[in-house]
Amino acid sequence: MSIEIANVGKRFGGFVALDDVSVSIPAGQLTALLGPSGGGKSTLLRIIAGLERADTGRVEIDGVDATSLPPQKRNVGFVFQHYAAFKHLSVRRNVAFGLEIRKRPKADIRNRVDELLALVHLEQFADRLPSQLSGGQRQRMALARALAVEPTVLLLDEPFGALDAKVRKELRDWLRRLHDEVHVTTVFVTHDQEEALEVADEIVVINEGRVEQIGPPDELYDRPANDFVMRFLGPVTQLGGLLVRPHDLQIHAGDGKPAAVPGRITRITRVGFEIRIEVTTNAGQVVAVTLTRNEFLALGLHDRASVHLTVAPDSPTVATTSRPRASASASLAASR
Amino acid sequence: MTSAVLAPDGPAANRRSARGGLPLTPVSGLGLGVAMLWFSLLVLIPLAAVVVTASQGGWGGLWQTVTNEQTAAAIRLTVGTAALVTLVNIVMGTLIAWVLVRDRFAGKRALEILIDVPFALPTIVAGLVLLSLYGPDSPLGVNVANTRAAVFLAFLFVTLPFIVRTVQPVLAELDPEIEEAAASLGASRLTTFRRIILPSLTPAIAAGAALSFARGISEYGSLVLLSGNLPMRTEVASVRILSSIENDNPDSAAAVAVVLLTISFAVIVVLDLVQRRVVRRG
Repeated sequence: MSIEIANVGKRFGGFVALDDVSVSIPAGQLTALLGPSGGGKSTLLRIIAGLERADTGRVEIDGVDATSLPPQKRNVGFVFQHYAAFKHLSVRRNVAFGLEIRKRPKADIRNRVDELLALVHLEQFADRLPSQLSGGQRQRMALARALAVEPTVLLLDEPFGALDAKVRKELRDWLRRLHDEVHVTTVFVTHDQEEALEVADEIVVINEGRVEQIGPPDELYDRPANDFVMRFLGPVTQLGGLLVRPHDLQIHAGDGKPAAVPGRITRITRVGFEIRIEVTTNAGQVVAVTLTRNEFLALGLHDRASVHLTVAPDSPTVATTSRPRASASASLAASR
Repeated sequence: MTSAVLAPDGPAANRRSARGGLPLTPVSGLGLGVAMLWFSLLVLIPLAAVVVTASQGGWGGLWQTVTNEQTAAAIRLTVGTAALVTLVNIVMGTLIAWVLVRDRFAGKRALEILIDVPFALPTIVAGLVLLSLYGPDSPLGVNVANTRAAVFLAFLFVTLPFIVRTVQPVLAELDPEIEEAAASLGASRLTTFRRIILPSLTPAIAAGAALSFARGISEYGSLVLLSGNLPMRTEVASVRILSSIENDNPDSAAAVAVVLLTISFAVIVVLDLVQRRVVRRG
């Protein structure tokens, strides 16, 4: 049940939402479309679902060309950020909706709905109205409703975006476990890099309508293709012309090795187990370094101390000049 | 597993319903008192007075008045036409509301305002407009003066805004994602309308229909000029009530009023029941 997206482009008036995007989403996996708001990831998801039509390019679902199929014919399950619950129908009727309009026998519908309600832990709420459920429960209902029609692919658009942090984290773990049980090809959109890193098998980073990088979470984190991916996946700081993660910097008290960058500690902040140190290099650059409490105590550092900085071996780094964004978009404009 | 969070809240937890009554605070007690007094002065006492007047001649008298050939014909015409007009409004009003909310076209703002004209126009002015348009000197060549069509037309004119105005805000509030969800579950446009949109609109349609019907059976000003008030043919209940009073027969006027009142009330109750059914069935 793979999804092939080839050279898809989409404009809204003068705004380019997607620019020649090609992605192949493998069958049976949990794939995250990750990127900042307005970057085009939701548009891509809606194009896969048929809720939006691509201006150019092709969409293939499970080997079938779906480019011009209406959403009704694509057999995709879609889960919306704001649940899109059918407010006048009970939880049971919401979940049964797709089966009812397919005119399945009543007994079959009943069994299938019972099964799904058990899967999403809503058995006790079958006869409630959506308005009587919490946000997390509503989203699980929406998920059961989407799964009821046995979709070829399951698409989730910022599924946890409207929930508070705690419920969000729980649902995210739960989605991962659910996926391990159900194994339906799943694509979810998120702007939360932690969510993507934690849940997804594969991440597609999308920014300004283009794909920046595709790969498993570890690969993206350890080998970011460019400064955007590096910046988007976690905190970064700049040392000379290199982007590096603050926890990948090593700090040495006093005189260091020849390759080390000398500087002076200008600020120390403690946040729980983490110590954040600001070092101003002799060249005047402000560099952020994070240490654990134990490392910090072992080094015996204090404010105004002179130190040397090195990048820990095998740490991911990206040259800040690796791809100047302004010229990239300029060449894009020229090609049109 | 996050079972602690996923566990049921228990049926009791969410059911702190307001039914049955908590003791009122002094302020809400005062509020309730004022509301009841106001309602009584304006509605309950006059209504009771009408019922009392009507029953002065006993039930027999009331029955006799109502079954009087001319009166019965007037009531039949009024109720029948109001019902028919309401049915037309249910379809047309919903359609106009749909067009106003979902479509973009030149002159939409103007139409928005024009919809309210029948509301805003004094009914006798509406009657005058209708007479000049559809009367003997009609510039359109359509003359419905002194026919039942005149009554129908007048009712249609004055009741037009009710369903449009009740449905429009509800339709505007409907989340487009709900329709997209239905589509992705395989529902055609028609199924989505019937199973998802219509049930959401039903309470508004029912409310509008009740208003439209009630306005219809009470209509006077807009039709007196055009309908000719011909006994047994185009005379409506309100005209009949007026002529009873002019003939110094307030009991008979009150009897007709009670019948209209009862029918109005019954229609409102029936519409509410129908509405609940439709919503539940989805």
